[in-house]
Amino acid sequence: MHELSICLALLDQVHAIAIQHNSKSVCRISVINGPLSGVETVLLEQAYTIACQGTVADEAQLEIESETLRVRCTICGLESDVVANNLTCQHCGDWHTEIIQGDRLLLAQVELEPNEN
Amino acid sequence: MCDTCGCGIPDQPSPSATENNDVVKVMKGLLAENDRLAQHNRDHLNEHNVLAINLMSSPGSGKTALLESTIIKLKDRYRIAVIEGDLETENDAQRIRAHGIEAVQINTGSACHLDANMIHNALHKLDLNTVDLLFIENVGNLVCPASYDLGHHLNVVLLSVVEGDDKPAKYPVMFRAADLTLITKTDLLAVIDDFDSEHVRNAMQKLGRDIPIMALSAKTGNGMDKWLALLEEKLT
Repeated sequence: MHELSICLALLDQVHAIAIQHNSKSVCRISVINGPLSGVETVLLEQAYTIACQGTVADEAQLEIESETLRVRCTICGLESDVVANNLTCQHCGDWHTEIIQGDRLLLAQVELEPNEN
Repeated sequence: MCDTCGCGIPDQPSPSATENNDVVKVMKGLLAENDRLAQHNRDHLNEHNVLAINLMSSPGSGKTALLESTIIKLKDRYRIAVIEGDLETENDAQRIRAHGIEAVQINTGSACHLDANMIHNALHKLDLNTVDLLFIENVGNLVCPASYDLGHHLNVVLLSVVEGDDKPAKYPVMFRAADLTLITKTDLLAVIDDFDSEHVRNAMQKLGRDIPIMALSAKTGNGMDKWLALLEEKLT
C-alpha cells in the first residue's frame, strides 16, 4: 500500500501552501483521482486519517472526486467512457486510443482559514 | 464538475465553505516532488551517459535471474551496475556481486516500492563515470512501483508464464507503464498448458499499448538474443 506515502506527499504540498498564504489551519483539501492513477480512493482516505495527525491539516476535510476514465479514438476521433482494463473505442472497437481523462491524481484546491493577525 | 475545461473543480463553492476562507487552486500532481527528484536523477544519469532500466514485476517472476543471465552476456563489453530494491535481505545483491558487478542494496522495510529519493541516495554510492548500463530491480509488486518515476529511461515489466496470461488485464496501471513486456520462464511452458502469449498481446492492446513483447528463458537462454539486441541498440 503506497497510499500512505502519497498522503505524506499531499500533506507536504498542503503545508507549503498554508505557509505561503500565512495560514495556520486548513479546512478542506480537494483531490481528483482517476481509475488509472494507481491509487485507490478508499485507501487514500484511510491513510489520510493517519497521516494528517499533528499537521496543519489535522482538522481538514479531505474530499476526493473520482474522475471517470475517458479516451479519444485516434481512428474514428470519437470519445468514449471506458474501464481501466479495456481502453478500446466504444464506437468503432479500435484499440488505438488516447486517454483524455482518468489517469491523474491531483491536488485540485486547498481551502485555508485566514490568519486572524 | 467545471463544464468549461472538465477539470473536476466544482463550479460553485461547496455549501460548507465559508466566505472568509481562502481558496487556493493548485491542480498539481500529488507526486510532483517525486517527479522533480526523478528528473534530477535522469539529468544526472544523462550527464554520465548511463542508460537506466527499471525492472518491475511480481515477486518471483525472474528479475534477478534475468539480470544474472544478461550480465554474463554483456559484462565484457559494457560496464554494468545494479540497484537492488527489496523489503529485506541482501540475497539478490549478493547474487549480482558474485558476477563481479557492483550492486547497491536498498532495503525498503515495509515500503512496497522504490521512489526517486531512494534512487538518488543509491546513485551517490555509485561512481557513474564507471557505469554504462544501470539496472534498477524494483520491489516485487505489480501495483505500487508503477506510480513512481525513478529517473530511469525504460520501464521493463516481467511476466512469468506461471503467473497467467491475464496479468495485464488485472494490473492495468503497471502494464500501461511498461515500455517493454518480457514474458519470462518460457522453459516452463512444457508443463504449463494454459499460457498463451497472444492473450498477453491482446490484453496489452486493450490497454492502448503497442509495445514490444518478448518471450525468453534466462535459464536456457532461449529468446535472450532479442532482449540483448534491444539493450545494445539503446546503448549505442
